[in-house]
Amino acid sequence: MAAATKSEYDCAVVGGGLLGASIAWGLAKLGQRVVIVDEGDTAIRASRGNFALIWVQSKGLGMPEYAAWTVKSSNAWAGFAGQLRDQTGLDVCFERPGGFHLALSEAELEARASQMNRLHNQPTVVDTGTVMLERTEIAKMLPHIGPDVVGGSYCPIDGHVNSLRLFRALHTGLAQLGATYLPNHAVTDIRHENGVYQLVTANREIHAAKVILAAGNANMHLAPLVGLYAPMLPERGQIIVTERVQPFLKYPVVTVRQTDEGTVMIGDSREERTTPDGMTTPINAVMANRAVRMFPILGSLNVVRSWAAIRVMTQDGFPIYNQSTSHPGAFVTCCHSGVTLAANHALTIAPMIAAGALDEHALAAFSAGRFTRRPDVSQVA
Amino acid sequence: MTTEPELKSDYDVAIVGAGPAGLAAAAVTAGCGLSTVLLDENPGAGGQVYRAIETTPVRDPKILDRDYTDGQDLILDLKDTTAQHVRNAVVWSLAQDGEIGVSIDGRAHMLRAKRTILATGAMERPFPIPGWTLPGVMTAGGAQTLLKASGIVPEGRIVMAGCGPLLWLCAYQLLQAGCNVQAILDTTDPAAQRSSIRHAARFATSPYVTKGVKLMAAVRRKIRVITGVTALAAHGDGQLETVTYSAKLGPVDRMTADHLLLHHGVIPNVNLAMSVGISHTWDDLQLCWTPNVDSFGTTSISGIAIAGDGAGIAGALAAQCRGRLAGIAAVRAIESNATGLPDELTVRRDLTHAMRGRRFLDHLYRPSRAFRIPTGDTIVCRCEEITADQIKATVALGVEGPNQMKSFLRCGMGPCQGRLCGTTVTELIADVRGVSPQDVGYYRLRPPVKPITLAELAGLPQTEDATKAVVRL
Amino acid sequence: MFRRLPDKTAAGVVNFTIDGVRHVGRRGDTVAAVLLLSGARATRVSAVTAEPRAPYCMIGVCFECLVTVDGVGNRQGCLIAVANGMRIETQKTRREVGA
Repeated sequence: MAAATKSEYDCAVVGGGLLGASIAWGLAKLGQRVVIVDEGDTAIRASRGNFALIWVQSKGLGMPEYAAWTVKSSNAWAGFAGQLRDQTGLDVCFERPGGFHLALSEAELEARASQMNRLHNQPTVVDTGTVMLERTEIAKMLPHIGPDVVGGSYCPIDGHVNSLRLFRALHTGLAQLGATYLPNHAVTDIRHENGVYQLVTANREIHAAKVILAAGNANMHLAPLVGLYAPMLPERGQIIVTERVQPFLKYPVVTVRQTDEGTVMIGDSREERTTPDGMTTPINAVMANRAVRMFPILGSLNVVRSWAAIRVMTQDGFPIYNQSTSHPGAFVTCCHSGVTLAANHALTIAPMIAAGALDEHALAAFSAGRFTRRPDVSQVA
Repeated sequence: MTTEPELKSDYDVAIVGAGPAGLAAAAVTAGCGLSTVLLDENPGAGGQVYRAIETTPVRDPKILDRDYTDGQDLILDLKDTTAQHVRNAVVWSLAQDGEIGVSIDGRAHMLRAKRTILATGAMERPFPIPGWTLPGVMTAGGAQTLLKASGIVPEGRIVMAGCGPLLWLCAYQLLQAGCNVQAILDTTDPAAQRSSIRHAARFATSPYVTKGVKLMAAVRRKIRVITGVTALAAHGDGQLETVTYSAKLGPVDRMTADHLLLHHGVIPNVNLAMSVGISHTWDDLQLCWTPNVDSFGTTSISGIAIAGDGAGIAGALAAQCRGRLAGIAAVRAIESNATGLPDELTVRRDLTHAMRGRRFLDHLYRPSRAFRIPTGDTIVCRCEEITADQIKATVALGVEGPNQMKSFLRCGMGPCQGRLCGTTVTELIADVRGVSPQDVGYYRLRPPVKPITLAELAGLPQTEDATKAVVRL
Repeated sequence: MFRRLPDKTAAGVVNFTIDGVRHVGRRGDTVAAVLLLSGARATRVSAVTAEPRAPYCMIGVCFECLVTVDGVGNRQGCLIAVANGMRIETQKTRREVGA
């Protein structure tokens, strides 16, 4: 909890969202002394606004390595969920029944098929088992689809999880492992003296041997402080949540899923915005309209709440993992799919950081050098 | 007042809530010729204090006296104007630019007004005691609503608990109706009593004192009143069977009961106001969030005003006055040459008179900590069944505010959107952290603030920009 | 556990059913009011542990009075006036989608 008496840590993780918490948990499990410095209750907290999908089928068009990275995390997720449950007693309800992307017109179906083709035609891309299905085939698995559904894509290893319980499990696990969590400690400056990182925060100064930037879109202005580069392009998305109903939807659809609690979540929209304020009804109307066309029985459900959130999004949508050459022991981690990649972050990235270095060969594609075509990213910062 | 069914898409003034503030505001704006729509979710005008005033079966003045029936005047004032009163109209969204989302008969409509006056009033302060979710436990205000609207009263053994003028009024009304009120468990805090003394002289000159004193005396003659109650719980298997209590930290006593009516004050119903982004401040005397408004009720968002108890608890008479002031401001903003406005100074004088003695009541009936900050297994969030202990344990994890708390525990995520748990969660977190509720903050609220079906939402106009944001081919 | 005071007004009667049983009410009664008057103690169950619940605030704020009206579930009974032929059903389980 807050106000630890020790001021020295092995690792300071900047950002207590899903990415930061996953990495911190992985580090703490390996015996690292970890502090997480986080913003406060009403900060943007982008990763909290997720759709809770552990999604494979759409990943990697333009970067085949991302598809492989995603599949790796999807395959590691069950084990990750099991470890969390064993440690904290909290079941995050991970399920991997397969998932759908549904098309409501021939144009949508064609666009989807074309996208999937281009994705799978990339040399070296991993096969995720994603297939295009016609309406009749989909109806066998999703009996409630409406007449407007013309077809879609299905991937047998898509899944979802209770992401809020995941947050809770990670933080509970972190507390049990003796990690320190400091809210209201937004970082304003990072200094490096005598091999120690000094984080200047809204509260007190924090000292650690390593610093891991996991502050989402804010990584953009924090990265240069440690000789790194993280170009971000936040976007805003809206979500609708309904009241609880009896289970009826076994498979998540990329824009409609039923949670383990019985509520139905509906998305998704994309606007270029940097704050979640000013949520609009017309966007909700379009999302509701599409959801009801996909599943007409949803029509009578009450909307219990609706919110907008900022998506953490790098400039090209693919993750950034880098360690600094000018500032040894400093790392930057950014991604969009914090839920999907949580297993990798906890079980692959964290061990690399604990050992002192990212496997730059395995993670070469995710270097921010790709934005500038310079392998040493510190030259850009 | 017309009741034409056709809803227009644009009005000069939209008023949400047909209680005393809303009715008074509508009479002013419509009386000056501004196109006015009065949207109310109930079947009839009157809000809570004058509930069902046009249709009540209770005609006995010994039960519902002039303080109730005088509300008819507000409705009569409106009848001669062109104000459009839409019944069963549930407002679920309000945007800063004056766009309102409202559902009527299962259909959603969007309309726009140049000025909006929120008159959504107050609600009972949550009273989280062990067992408060049992069938048989209700608010005293709820019992009054049943009485006024349908002449229905509880039968069997009734126990009332809490503090505040409404508790005494309700007890009196139920007695007059022949109900068996066994006891009043008075939770008035002795510390609060002491702090109210310096305001007592002013209260003595208020419009409430004579009636209040007579009423309490009448109730005390017939009902056993146990004062200094410091603990309270409801028990039963699937329904209320007994109430336990202890007074002045003494031993626990029990009484069998068929009904437990709870009340310890009313607080503004802030969901619509907060969802549009109106700034609020924690009032530590009234122990609730109050919108920041000027002397006309105008909020931090220009074009939106709040009138009545929703702007701060002050009672029905004050609500009328504040409704008129908000109406005056709306008229001046839209039609500076309007005639027929009530005299502002007279309204302000009436308001001052109506507010006399409120400070005394605020102090005297400030609920004690024990009943605002529950412990153990007591349910805080009724919708999601989250307990006080769960919330405390989560603060210990480093969760310092209600929004993170909501993410971790789901408190505030149910259909009531935090109306019955919000103040408790804020106060609990503040208590554990040793900071003020102001520092802790409140749930971030967004539309829809009342349920709307997906089909209704789906039927609203779909703009090109919105479609592009969602359908990304 | 509730009773109606003698009513001298001529408001008119309304016929409806509660869980299939016929009842009579007064024009202007809400669904929540007639449920309480009928002697029902619990009118639904809570969302997480299925505990019995009943109307609490009567003014549309607490959402405890959710019942099924004419086949549509989770409607706030305290905000709906009874109408002739109305079918009111208490909710013993979580709402079924399509209902």
